[in-house]
Amino acid sequence: MQTGRAARIALYLYGALAIAFLYLPLVSVGFASISKARYLSFPIKRYTTQWYGKALESHTVNDLLWTSLTIAGIVTVVSMVVGFFGALAFARYHWRFRGVFQKLILLPIFFPQAVLGLALLMWFNFVGWIPDWKSAVVAHLVWISPIATLVIAIRAYSFDPALEEAARDLGASTWTILREVTGPLLMPGVVSAGLFAFLLSWGNFPLSLFTTGADSTLPEWLYAKMVSGYSPLVPTVGILSIATSLVLLIIAYGISRLLRSGRDRRQQADG
Amino acid sequence: MERHDRTMGLLSALPVLLVLLLSFAAPLLVVLAFSVMPPKVFDLAHMPDFSAYGVLLSQGYHRSLAWALGTALASTILLFLICWPLAYAMAKVFKRFTLVITVAVVITLFVSENIRLFGWVLTLMKGGLIEGHLRALTGMSFEGALYNVPIIIFGLVYVYFPFMLFPLVQGISMVPDDARQAASDLGASKWQVFWEIDLPLSAPGIVVGSLLSFVLAAGAMAESKLLGGQAVIVIADEIETAFTYGQNWPLGSALSIVLILIIGSLAVFGVSRVDLDSIMGRGR
Repeated sequence: MQTGRAARIALYLYGALAIAFLYLPLVSVGFASISKARYLSFPIKRYTTQWYGKALESHTVNDLLWTSLTIAGIVTVVSMVVGFFGALAFARYHWRFRGVFQKLILLPIFFPQAVLGLALLMWFNFVGWIPDWKSAVVAHLVWISPIATLVIAIRAYSFDPALEEAARDLGASTWTILREVTGPLLMPGVVSAGLFAFLLSWGNFPLSLFTTGADSTLPEWLYAKMVSGYSPLVPTVGILSIATSLVLLIIAYGISRLLRSGRDRRQQADG
Repeated sequence: MERHDRTMGLLSALPVLLVLLLSFAAPLLVVLAFSVMPPKVFDLAHMPDFSAYGVLLSQGYHRSLAWALGTALASTILLFLICWPLAYAMAKVFKRFTLVITVAVVITLFVSENIRLFGWVLTLMKGGLIEGHLRALTGMSFEGALYNVPIIIFGLVYVYFPFMLFPLVQGISMVPDDARQAASDLGASKWQVFWEIDLPLSAPGIVVGSLLSFVLAAGAMAESKLLGGQAVIVIADEIETAFTYGQNWPLGSALSIVLILIIGSLAVFGVSRVDLDSIMGRGR
């Protein structure tokens, strides 16, 4: 069934409109971050980059950056490992409780994060752990490790179990198979899961809000400033945080392109 | 081989199950236990009573619950209507553009939700991007579009857009083109194809998308706080207030349990009807 020409054009326009809708608020934040006036009002009359200088000099902002980076870094590594095995249980192996397991994994994703954060706060209090950035790592993992599992599971579905069986028939141990066959095959999924984990942890607000104790992450600080009145540093730090994510995405994309072209070249040389 | 699969499956499920047990199941049990404690205690060494649930019934908390569920329902319906044409186009019409939209939407997911909502405040407020430029260009002015119920629903639609869009795309791409072609060859109108073929065959995607958006929107509070300026108080907000300003953990826990029961039963019901293997990879 063919879609008519007019309908196709309308759909393309609709798609472009949807992207514009998603990015319009970020455009406003961008303009606000380079407005000279202390109290923002559009249209902007004088532009300046002084707020970026101020933000980068500020000790508070540097501390926030480090806290957010540390949390996201640990969450990334742990969810890659946990998600790798979780995905095998999700998609690859046929075991008795697989159906239940698949559904269990989804529950934290379907859960209101602010309530989850509060529940964790009470749990930490119950076991006598005074919350700091380390407890935020745990909070992020509850939500992010299932997502990492799903991302890797998509890759694990397209994986031919015969490859593992062949390796076993040739006498490879379970550990060798995981390291030499399963691992490399799932690696693209593991890398994108790591990227997802980092970025989701970096931007997370509702889970951090109740679980960082005296420490604070970037999104938390931004929120506190937003509700207490306008500060020109809010859009500036917001843009800096977005820029960090973008740089990371571009680096990841570049690396994956390099790896792929390297592999293609090797295959050409072999063939 | 069979036995090997069985033990390996269980073993590889263990790490993520351990994470969920220690930091999902256990906290929920603590919340449940706190919800039956007497008011304003901070440990569990008290005789259980159900006074927190009594307060919950007598203090009009049903209103904030209704606001949360109502705005969530409205935004879910709007999201379905807005996302369907786009999801259809991404699954069946666009070629390279599908990738462009996917990447563009995923990138917004990585920007903290409160930065994006703050962006809408700057866009819609009086003296904001829209009103400010309109005034400068035409001299017309309006009182900003913030701090009311429709803008809260707008915020929910904005934030949960990807959670409806991607499951719908996945669902619609499961509809075989042959079935649509056959129906239309046999004389079905466009509307009939939509109603009798597209809708039922993409049901798994619709269920997952609607469920995700409804559940997440029902537990959200940033939208009502930042955009709605507390025009209405939603349940998640009440829960936070009970824990922080109210210093009443049992009340906050009882409120959480009510929200968790509503959301949890919906999620379990929906998820149990969906075959994840076919959505995520196998069987296509």
